[in-house]
Amino acid sequence: MRLQYPTNVEIIRVPCTGRVDIIHLLKALEDGADGVYVAGCEEGDCHYLTGNLKARKRVVYVQKVLEDLGVEKERVAMYNLSAAQGPRFVEIAKEFTAIVTALGPSPFKKHRAKAA
Amino acid sequence: MIIAERKPIEEILAMVQDFKKILVVGCKGCVTVCNAGGVKEVGILASILRLAREKEDNPLTVDEHTLERQCDPEYIDQLDGLMSGYDAVLSMACSIGPQYIAARFPEARVFPALNTCFMGGALEHGVWAEFCQACGDCKIHLFGGLCPIARCSKSLLNGPCGGSSGGKCEIHKEVDCVWHLIVEKLMAQGKLDQLLEIRPLKDWSSSRDGGPRKIVREDLKI
Repeated sequence: MRLQYPTNVEIIRVPCTGRVDIIHLLKALEDGADGVYVAGCEEGDCHYLTGNLKARKRVVYVQKVLEDLGVEKERVAMYNLSAAQGPRFVEIAKEFTAIVTALGPSPFKKHRAKAA
Repeated sequence: MIIAERKPIEEILAMVQDFKKILVVGCKGCVTVCNAGGVKEVGILASILRLAREKEDNPLTVDEHTLERQCDPEYIDQLDGLMSGYDAVLSMACSIGPQYIAARFPEARVFPALNTCFMGGALEHGVWAEFCQACGDCKIHLFGGLCPIARCSKSLLNGPCGGSSGGKCEIHKEVDCVWHLIVEKLMAQGKLDQLLEIRPLKDWSSSRDGGPRKIVREDLKI
């Protein structure tokens, strides 16, 4: 479709969002991501039945971790869309980029920012 | 198996606040099965600790290692040579683990990352309940295969108390009255008359009440 979406979005493809685990979300934040979102299939449409439901639970877990650490839980989010929805993919990329931009750089990068 | 749960993050952060480099040691035994202290959970805790300390601009180096179990000295020996350079060790086993590590490495500062909760089993994936309190004198066969010591809030041996209502224990609406379950089970088996026999006072000396316990198998000692 050649639709444009923000360049700051790094895509990691997985066969099903059920493959995404808590540690992946945490590692992304450790490695400098200001925000992480998981884009899975619409609920009820998962080819593997419950993959996207598990992903959502794990996103909620990490949101709770962020809350416990005093960090905005909006930095981690779950979205659901069909693989055919190109424009929605772009909409989500733009929406999440806007949310994270408004939140500012990740508080987990303070030390690294100083060292740089 | 032993069911444990990770301590709240604030508590663990407080334990390691003065340190710069720590080792988190997991266990592939019970705590892996109850998803509290296995390889995965070690990774998650290590990551959370790093993130929390990055945020405070006081970085923490966290290394990860998981042992087969932390309740046999031979497995703890495997930490030999891996322990140098760490300000502290965080054990993610049940509390036996940190005790064993502390005994084997007297110089090390050892902290428990988990709260050891109870002995039990899984009800469904992600849910565990208490089934045994190690009274040392198992008599579940007298109660239709259910344990009134562990599952009755008062550990009664002779039938439900007045607090049994709608099959639930008065302490909480989600706690089953095990005596209700025992009676129903024995009724279904046609063995309700088993309960007519009055159980005498339990001999608690085989339980914790007799002091720390030890079992010796002479035939197994080298």
